[in-house]
Amino acid sequence: MRTALFLTLVVLGTSGGELSVSRAMKQLGELQHFSPRSLVNFLGRALRVKWFWTGIALLALGFFSLLALLTWADVSFVIPAAAASYVAGALGAKFLLGERLTPLRWAGIVLVAAGVAVVSIS
Amino acid sequence: MTRNLQWKTYGLLAPIVLFASTGNVLLGKGMKQIGEIREWSPAAFGSLFLGAFSNGWVWLGIGSLLLFLVSFMVVLSWADYSFVMPVSAASYALVPLMSRWLLSERVSSTRWAGVALICAGVALVTRTSATGGATGRATGGTSGGTGGVACGEVVS
Repeated sequence: MRTALFLTLVVLGTSGGELSVSRAMKQLGELQHFSPRSLVNFLGRALRVKWFWTGIALLALGFFSLLALLTWADVSFVIPAAAASYVAGALGAKFLLGERLTPLRWAGIVLVAAGVAVVSIS
Repeated sequence: MTRNLQWKTYGLLAPIVLFASTGNVLLGKGMKQIGEIREWSPAAFGSLFLGAFSNGWVWLGIGSLLLFLVSFMVVLSWADYSFVMPVSAASYALVPLMSRWLLSERVSSTRWAGVALICAGVALVTRTSATGGATGRATGGTSGGTGGVACGEVVS
């Protein structure tokens, strides 16, 4: 029960955090120039977007839940299960960010998630 | 997606993959020097943190992961999350390779199979357009770029 709860926190924290950061960056708009000055300006503006901090908070939640989980659960169980966050992230991109996912992209994401699971159990 | 945007996207996906895997390998190297944790008391955690933050490899790892985060943020200012997320998983394919080379760890055949699955998945995702919701293979010829580079390095 405790394991399931923390695993959910890891998956939701990681994908929720990245989705929030993604939303914040879309709000800023495309970075046009890559001079150090415009990069610093871009990062400075990012720090003022609410979704960016929501994202950082969720990523921190996911990271510390993972650390906590690893104190009693096996890495070879935790990481493959956390590969589910690729699927969760794709669902979030579709339903929360309104991205359109083609069957080709879905197939790629499922293969990547399976590959990450296999890499970490071996 | 314009050609310029396509170059920008792949130009940033490369450091994303590189800094994520380098960061993890450096952190792994640093943490292994500190040694395994045998008890979970507050004192043990204290000495773990102290050890981690006085280790040069750990700091290099953190620096690398920060560069990863910045590249990740910049590319997401135009590219789809559902594109960047699976493609950046190519770093999971690079980690076994770097572990083999830099840390001299043994990499099992199961792990190489996982690497192959990731490369196949990344190759499929790069056939879709990075922006505007994956409406087909707008990236054309160079679209296999990141996947191809990652896998090419892995099998060499």
